[in-house]
Amino acid sequence: MSGPVTRFKSPVRFVFDVPAGPTVSRFLAAVAEGRLFGQRCPTCAKVYVPPKVACPRCGDPLSPEQLPVKETGTVTSFCVVNVPYEGQTMKLPYVYASILLDGADIPFPHLVDAEPADVRMGLRVRATWSDALGPTLESIRAFVPTGEPDAPFDAYKEHL
Amino acid sequence: MGEREIAIVSFAEVIVERSDRDDCELLLPVLKRALGDVGLTQQDIGFTVSGSSDFLGGRPFAFVMATDVLGAWPPIRESHVEMDGAFALYEAWVRLQHGDLDTALVFAFGRPSQGPLHDVMSLQLDPYYMAPLRPDALSLGALAARAALDAGLTSEDELARIAGERRGVPTSTSEPYLREPLRAHATPTLRDGAAAIVLAAGDGARALSKRPAWIRGLDHRIEPHSLGARSLTRSVSTEQAARGAGALGFGADVAELHARFAHEEPLLSRALELPASTRVNPSGGALAQDPVMVTGLCRLGHAARAVHEGAARAIAHATSGPCLQQNLVCTLEAR
Repeated sequence: MSGPVTRFKSPVRFVFDVPAGPTVSRFLAAVAEGRLFGQRCPTCAKVYVPPKVACPRCGDPLSPEQLPVKETGTVTSFCVVNVPYEGQTMKLPYVYASILLDGADIPFPHLVDAEPADVRMGLRVRATWSDALGPTLESIRAFVPTGEPDAPFDAYKEHL
Repeated sequence: MGEREIAIVSFAEVIVERSDRDDCELLLPVLKRALGDVGLTQQDIGFTVSGSSDFLGGRPFAFVMATDVLGAWPPIRESHVEMDGAFALYEAWVRLQHGDLDTALVFAFGRPSQGPLHDVMSLQLDPYYMAPLRPDALSLGALAARAALDAGLTSEDELARIAGERRGVPTSTSEPYLREPLRAHATPTLRDGAAAIVLAAGDGARALSKRPAWIRGLDHRIEPHSLGARSLTRSVSTEQAARGAGALGFGADVAELHARFAHEEPLLSRALELPASTRVNPSGGALAQDPVMVTGLCRLGHAARAVHEGAARAIAHATSGPCLQQNLVCTLEAR
């Protein structure tokens, strides 16, 4: 009982139930069916995939129309993950990239299943779907290179 | 005083029992309405500041996501407090005192329905002695209520009467205790909600509103964290903030008090020296609707609305922390 108390346990556990909201719900329901779509800002005409509640640039709600987008896209930026942490599904080292889908104006982050040394800005990729689809972006297992020639920098420089 | 003339010119709120929307979906119509009612857009706003707490949804940086609905491009001057939106309004008021900006947008959002709010609030207690015991917010409210009853400041009959008037339903001391000596009627009615207020300075306020609610004074003070180190039956910080804001002898027609528990109303009324002629919480206050993190800003909004609609003077109060730890007082008037 003597000596300084340097640490003690004080466990905390709370359970939260966070509603997705209609905007996210519509998109995740489509993802669960193996389908992607975008929504356009009525003011600046940019197409967001995944859709947002409002255009962060203009502050206006996106048009409700579900615009088809391709499952192919371009790597606009990427990083190589070399450090293990909880929740990883890929073997180290792996690539986490910003991917601009064809038909979208804003890239979104996802995994690229390729040798890290082969990944570069402009790399053309295609979504590969998981066998088990669900209302989560994990339904896309990863993006893989299509083998097409790289997109020229001018094709995506406005979307970095 | 040398202070710049600043007024609340617009107020909008949405309060629901349980929102199935995310923060942006909840906020968007409220922001558009607060701005639209005075013919403004985000581009007309000099300073934007919000109040919210990521602890309500257990998600980090929820407040950053909320900036999606602002249209923050070109980049805007923006700030956030992890407090009730009333304290964000204080920051906006101070910022406008600098004199280089003429308008501010203040907003708040909170969805306590996402988690066990009363338990989550135990995390704001000191981590060594109090938090490990996990007293929930209702228990701490009851602790202070017991002190108020024993000091003769109120009675269980009066608590039931206050609760009945604010909630607009019959209440009785024959109801069971939730946390003795508090019955459910004397505790807050948790709600999800969002609110927004537009502030404008000088002639800008006169141009935007036929009857601006001018801020005569605004002050807030904090007491020691430990419940044992301060009085639970006398709100000294409210007394000081009231003095700073010019609330004593102000003769307000209306006072909107952020009383989450029924016993806090007589305590705050006493600290503010409210005369019998002042109507307390005609909106119903937190006993009727408590959108946590928004409730204090709503008190400022409802007090301002009373002035917009004809009252000569109004007082708004907001609180933060357990058992009225910090208190903000604002005096509003027509000119």
